Amino acid sequence: MPSISKEQIERALDAWAAHLLQTTAAAQQGSTLAIVGIVSNGDVLAQRLVEKLASAGCHALYGAIDITLYRDDIDLRGKRPALRSSHLPFSTDDLTLVLVDDVLSTGRTARAALDVLWEYGRPERVELHCLTDRGGRQLPIQPDYIAFDLSAEQSPEVKVFLTETDGRDEITF
Amino acid sequence: MNPRKDLITIDALNDEDIRTILDSTSAMKDIFTRSVKKVPALKGKSVLTLFYEPSTRTRSSFEVAAHRLSADVTTFTVSTSSVVKGESVHDTIDTLMSMKMDYIIVRHKHSGIPAVIARHCKASVINAGDGSHAHPSQAFLDAFTIKEKYGDVAGRRVVIIGDILHSRVARSTSTILRRLGAEVAYMGPGPLVPPQQHTGIPRFTNWDQIFEWKPDVIYLLRVQNERIDSPFFPAADYHAAFGVTEERLRRIDDLDMGIMHPGPVNRGVEICDAAMDYRNCLINNQVENGIAARMSILYHLTPKTQSND
Repeated sequence: MPSISKEQIERALDAWAAHLLQTTAAAQQGSTLAIVGIVSNGDVLAQRLVEKLASAGCHALYGAIDITLYRDDIDLRGKRPALRSSHLPFSTDDLTLVLVDDVLSTGRTARAALDVLWEYGRPERVELHCLTDRGGRQLPIQPDYIAFDLSAEQSPEVKVFLTETDGRDEITF
Repeated sequence: MNPRKDLITIDALNDEDIRTILDSTSAMKDIFTRSVKKVPALKGKSVLTLFYEPSTRTRSSFEVAAHRLSADVTTFTVSTSSVVKGESVHDTIDTLMSMKMDYIIVRHKHSGIPAVIARHCKASVINAGDGSHAHPSQAFLDAFTIKEKYGDVAGRRVVIIGDILHSRVARSTSTILRRLGAEVAYMGPGPLVPPQQHTGIPRFTNWDQIFEWKPDVIYLLRVQNERIDSPFFPAADYHAAFGVTEERLRRIDDLDMGIMHPGPVNRGVEICDAAMDYRNCLINNQVENGIAARMSILYHLTPKTQSND
């Protein structure tokens, strides 16, 4: 099974933070920058990006959202998915907000995440940044930034492991 | 948790079910701090509250919970319904099924009625109190309140005081707390507390024994005059013997114990006025957590109203 190593992920995160500094942070024009991760894994990535931005002298708010209660398939599954706490201790009014997730596929999670964000206010601008894209979009949703584009691989499953939750950094597909 | 249609008793749940509902309660409570206190999880679903016994708190708590999950709520008021005109529970169930309800929340003075309704309909049935049998949603909010205050339920000591024999709250709450690893004891008037050999729960008869046992939480039950044909004792005598008096409150304060009560409170009977303002009085926390716990219960149950079988 092909995989992406810890070192490659680390380099990708550095490039990702650099991209945020060059483009998003530069374009925010006075509005506050917030990096909001989608639970689970997206929150870990968002936390790391906020730390990298901080060490480069750029302050960004950190948030995490659980989109479970906004899913469009609650009724289609027999078992209700477990809930995780959201952590968004600020209004999203007028923010430049970067939504972070680990795997982008159908776009349904991003759709639900947008609904969640609007419950907390009206952001000025929202971007979608993902660690991997495995293709298979079912909604008109396109990312603004992808660290690893795996959509050509035709792989049914992409797994992301992160040190904070899984004890190691690795992506398998 | 595995798909489950109804919630009738705590005993029917496995450990994973209990943990899942408790964990999600915390996530539900986060919603209360947002400017939009509503999530779309049960959008388009119908919830019916069917209360054959008077209740303000439990019913409104379930109603708020259902509204915050975006469900539509219908209130079936028994005093103005055909039940007083002699309709049987079975006929009422048929009527309700024709209304295509997804969730039915039932309270009845007879034990077992919610289970009967659950067997006969596709809707998820939640027992909101049946006779002296069970009150599982109360158990969840109590367990959550203790978990929130003390970090974990396991290892905590809780003494439940009052008319244990007729109390569905005592039964359900002691069950969930013991399943989660807490130690429970009972205290109350001798004839109203079942002996230890039947319950496995230590029975105290006075406050000295409680202070010696050093519980973390004092859980007071309401003296239920409506469930006993004639009051067993005058209110003042009960207060002196089993209530939280001002003198006992000082001791409780010294020992840093918490006070809980399922409500509504009879001031001057179970509890003195000063105890309502005591720093570790968790009664208002229980009310707030009741909404979150009931949201979690509604969310985790799966009605069979979608399937055609």
